[in-house]
Amino acid sequence: MGVVAPGFASFENLTNVLVAMLPLMVVATGQTVVLITAGIDLSVTSIIAVTSIAGAALVTGDDGRLIGFPQSEVWATPVAIIAMLAIGALVGLLNGGCVVWLKMPPFIVTLTVMMFVSGLAIWSTQSQSISDLPHSLLVFGKNAWLAGGIALTVGVGVQFLLSRSRMGSGLRAIGYNSQTALAAGVDVNRLVMLAYVVSGLCAAIASLLIIGQLETGSPVQWENNLLDVIGATVIGGTSLYGGRGHVVWTFFGVLLLTLIDNSLNLLNLSYFTIMMAKGGVILLAALLDTLRTRAEAR
Amino acid sequence: MSGSLLKLDAIGKSFHGVTVLHDVSFDVPVGQVLGLIGENGAGKSTLMNIIGGVLLPDVGRMTISGTSYAPHTARDAQAAGIAFIHQELNLFSNLSIAENIFLTQFPMKRGLGRFGASIDRRAMYKQSAALLEQVGLSVLPWQRADSLSAGERQLLEIAKAIQLRPRLLILDEPTTSLTSRETTRLFELLQSLRTQGMALIYISHALGDVRQLCDRVVVLRDGAVVGQGLMEEFGIDRLVSLMVGRESSQQFPDRHSKPTGQVAFRARQVTQPGIVKDISFEIQQGEVVGISGLMGSGRTELARILFGLDPLQSGTIEMSGQRIERLSTRERIQRGLAMLTESRRDDGLCMPDSIANNLKLVAEPKFSSRVWGILKRPAMSVAMTDMRQAVKLNPTVNPHKPVQTLSGGNQQKVVLGKWLLNEPKVLILDEPTRGIDVGAKFEIYGLIDQLATTGAAILIISSEIEELLGVCDRILVMSQGELRDDIAREDFDADRILRSSLKADQASEDAV
Repeated sequence: MGVVAPGFASFENLTNVLVAMLPLMVVATGQTVVLITAGIDLSVTSIIAVTSIAGAALVTGDDGRLIGFPQSEVWATPVAIIAMLAIGALVGLLNGGCVVWLKMPPFIVTLTVMMFVSGLAIWSTQSQSISDLPHSLLVFGKNAWLAGGIALTVGVGVQFLLSRSRMGSGLRAIGYNSQTALAAGVDVNRLVMLAYVVSGLCAAIASLLIIGQLETGSPVQWENNLLDVIGATVIGGTSLYGGRGHVVWTFFGVLLLTLIDNSLNLLNLSYFTIMMAKGGVILLAALLDTLRTRAEAR
Repeated sequence: MSGSLLKLDAIGKSFHGVTVLHDVSFDVPVGQVLGLIGENGAGKSTLMNIIGGVLLPDVGRMTISGTSYAPHTARDAQAAGIAFIHQELNLFSNLSIAENIFLTQFPMKRGLGRFGASIDRRAMYKQSAALLEQVGLSVLPWQRADSLSAGERQLLEIAKAIQLRPRLLILDEPTTSLTSRETTRLFELLQSLRTQGMALIYISHALGDVRQLCDRVVVLRDGAVVGQGLMEEFGIDRLVSLMVGRESSQQFPDRHSKPTGQVAFRARQVTQPGIVKDISFEIQQGEVVGISGLMGSGRTELARILFGLDPLQSGTIEMSGQRIERLSTRERIQRGLAMLTESRRDDGLCMPDSIANNLKLVAEPKFSSRVWGILKRPAMSVAMTDMRQAVKLNPTVNPHKPVQTLSGGNQQKVVLGKWLLNEPKVLILDEPTRGIDVGAKFEIYGLIDQLATTGAAILIISSEIEELLGVCDRILVMSQGELRDDIAREDFDADRILRSSLKADQASEDAV
């Protein structure tokens, strides 16, 4: 590989790659849960953007104090983090609610929610990013061990529920055949709702890691990375047709996509060439998924 | 004028080793109506699909007016002058009546060349109006098809078929959605088509209609012709006994269970407008009750309402004395209700998922912690192994293989197993032996009896009367969404069941 891209195999580069892929790993974990239900969550990058400015605004308002609470340096960061998680969960509830109660297709629900939330983020900040953030908020993404620990906890926790709990079996059954799940007494509505909330929460946690890496909160944070999230999950082998998915597969999908990105970068290829290459790989993965599903249906 | 239009010679067809049609031969004479009757599953649909070019016969040949006829597609059949009117209507509700009629062959404006051709709407509407008048529909050709009632749509289907000027018109249960006035109108129309020299095949369960309309009749049973001849040679009684067959070819295990006298399940005046009306019955612990009825009689719909998958407008449902009609399916399952649904593919199994995952889906709440729902895997694994043995699932099969790799019989055992794991008190089985082989059927009957012996109440819905006679303590008969009969085991009689299930069909009532 060293021949392909100079500096690719260096220890420093590989550690950087691993740390850089952590936010993608966390969002893709949430996406895995939604894809298992045969849904899709396109709103994740907008959640990352809106939570990043919400978090950044809360810790920087009133000179590092929480707005309205002059004595509150200590509380600013925890409150910001809780607010970020709450926003993620809320957008998830909105997505899930539209899918479950209004029976709308997940694609159009989360696409329009993405437009709305992105618009909201840009409008509310007048398109300004917020930097000069305190270390207490940045540390989660900046400290590689802390960031790795968070990503690992999310991944292991979600996969534990998927493979060892009733929720996991229910989610899979819904993805394979929601009519069968309903007739077997699975609480379909509640679980689908839960899937979108988990995805929203994962996006909010990823946002926290991204803030640390970029040291800024921006209303357009990660707006170009949506396809990476879906792509990495599908490359891992989680099916767009529902039912099949695993967080460990997603980890390898994220790793592969990040390595492609990184090695092509080291070859000094342009952003657009890299986009073409990644698009091709994701298309190939989706094609394999389709062929596999079709072969099984026979 | 005389002579046969379509001639079938020793047609045979089997699917996956199961013979569906065997040595079927008959003629369809020009200018006559041939009635084709038989129970559900007798092979009528397969036969029609072969004539229509949808399926190819394994053996045998067909001729039309003496020349060989071997259709490979529906288009071949159409080109040979055969038109179908199916039981399910094939209309595009968002298109106009005229567009529906001419969909395959729009009248085109001439003089614009091949690529500039456009639809000649004026001609289309004019020809449509003539066709509509012929079938007695007083509607405008540009009205949308969804503005028509069910009966009017049926007549539109006929107009669509006539437009193709077929030599042979095949009608499959055309009167199920018609009022008696529309039926009379339809029969007049069919008579006039016949006198014009068209040949017709008329498929129906309404034997009275068949007797009134047809010149000849062919009776199918288990894929073979068991009787054919001039209509006047066959009375209704003879037709029924030919359809049902005298001796039972199936074997049923001995019955051990007995009703205990304790009512386990009770439905009172269950009503959902247009679906079921005023259904009341009860099942005792240990009792096996059957529901017989033709397709469209409302039996499956009733089962779905009892299980909470479809709504009901009024009436009550009780299990062990507690009202359950306002509970969700999930809550009913928790109280011990279970239902094996009609279609394994649609809502019975997750086909690509593993046997083990399908088997555990229903009973998981029993085998998991309360708070997070964490599964108790060792206990579950033991219970699942026991269940695989109990339902006699082939022990060599790897439980992690997708359930769709199993045969129909083994798939059905997985469905039954997943419900039995939850230890149901009341079990509804909708067509429990559809599409499975004789051996597996026998085992499933045994399991039903075994379950009843442990005190469960069982409701079996089946189109096979023989099956209900073999396994039930009591048989209820449904027709047009209502209960028509309630027959105790000592009065079991296939003729009576079939008669009751044909009741209320006004045209046939006088004749039966």
